[in-house]
Amino acid sequence: MLKTDVLVIGAGPAGLKAALSAAGQGAEVILVERDPFLGGQLVKQTHMFFGSKEQYASERGINIGKILARDVDENEKIRILKDTTALGYYEDKRVAIESQGKFETVDNKALIVTTGAQENTLVFPNCDLPGIYGAGAVQTLMNVHGVVPGNKVAMVGAGNIGVIVSYQLLQAGIDVVAIIEALPKIGAYLVHASKVRRMGVPILTSHTVIEAQGTERLERVVIAKIDDKWQPVPGTEQTLEVDVLCVSVGLTPLTELLFMAGCRMAHIGELGGHVALRDKNMETSVSNIFVAGDVSGIEEASAAMVEGQVAGLTAARNLGYGLEDYEEKVTAAQRELDNLRRGPVGGKIRAGLEKLYKEGEVAV
Amino acid sequence: MRIENHPILTFEKGPKVKFIFDGKEMEGFEGEPVAAALHAAGVRVLSHSQIHNRPRGFWCAIGNCSSCNMRIDGVPNVRSCVEPLKEGMTVETQKGKGDLNA
Repeated sequence: MLKTDVLVIGAGPAGLKAALSAAGQGAEVILVERDPFLGGQLVKQTHMFFGSKEQYASERGINIGKILARDVDENEKIRILKDTTALGYYEDKRVAIESQGKFETVDNKALIVTTGAQENTLVFPNCDLPGIYGAGAVQTLMNVHGVVPGNKVAMVGAGNIGVIVSYQLLQAGIDVVAIIEALPKIGAYLVHASKVRRMGVPILTSHTVIEAQGTERLERVVIAKIDDKWQPVPGTEQTLEVDVLCVSVGLTPLTELLFMAGCRMAHIGELGGHVALRDKNMETSVSNIFVAGDVSGIEEASAAMVEGQVAGLTAARNLGYGLEDYEEKVTAAQRELDNLRRGPVGGKIRAGLEKLYKEGEVAV
Repeated sequence: MRIENHPILTFEKGPKVKFIFDGKEMEGFEGEPVAAALHAAGVRVLSHSQIHNRPRGFWCAIGNCSSCNMRIDGVPNVRSCVEPLKEGMTVETQKGKGDLNA
């Protein structure tokens, strides 16, 4: 059995910052990561980040991942367990882990769950044909492994991920035929959307996929315009000859461990599905279990990092570490979060959090 | 196919290794996911669905969804999208649930 003050599960942007923040206050940390590398999905984010200096604005995601991974590597208070999967949470508060076929448990005084999210699927006839992939999957294949995903690609979803991955496909020299969006307007930041438009990729709003065609693999996709009741308009069907269809229709938090741990959960659409009820300091209804990043509600990596910071600081504080500067540090981080969530782009997350806190008051 | 020139990224690859896919010899780079090596070699079908025997490729490519489960070195249900490729591996298309006794 391993023992630690703070156990962090997942070494993406939220988990790395959580580990660094807790260790920075003096706590001993174990950081568990399923992949053989640190950084989570930052490893494939070749675009530059927004936000402020604190969240590494103007730096590419891949580099932010490297900076955080190096800081964690150099921190003597953090023990890193890569290639290690968290399997479950037990009643004695221990977490079971597995690495290379070996089973082990970790005794911890505080747990920070930063397990991220998974890509949503979209249902239409033949939606399971090989060649129809999550947009993040295609991003992994080309940006991490250097493999060409296909010759001609269509993208479903004109949110940030759909538009950014389309741009990255073009950068890798791959033909993007069209971006299809069911909503009447583009969800992505305009700066990204205008880039792909300038490169000649049509963004077809109020359009949906009618069906995919092909025998052993994707050969064609039929799309059509939809009306304001989301019904296909007859006569507007178009056939796109593509061998890859990327699906970018949102993410769902990976909450299994939180359900196991008995955290009170609520389904909040704006946050991506089921999330744990939690306070402003990221502590769930189970004392000393924290969440941060996409598992606590789908948002950007910049916010995930700051949430990780808040969770790490508070977990350490609960165990008696860093009492002298906790208030000052956590207030500054909360202010950064408020700034990131300001304006029209933060509308959805603000609405989601409002519901979450309301639900918390009723439930607790 | 591999990406040869990229404006931002360079791809550091391990040494070239040979492996067997459904009886055929193939090449990939050591340490890259099996599914990535197969995709680069033009293979799209990795498994067949359990009830309707429909062809399946990968979906998430980061080990969440199990769409890419394959039989690797005799072990069924290995997530080929996160399984590092090794010299001499035997990789087979998975049919249905996979059989531990086969």
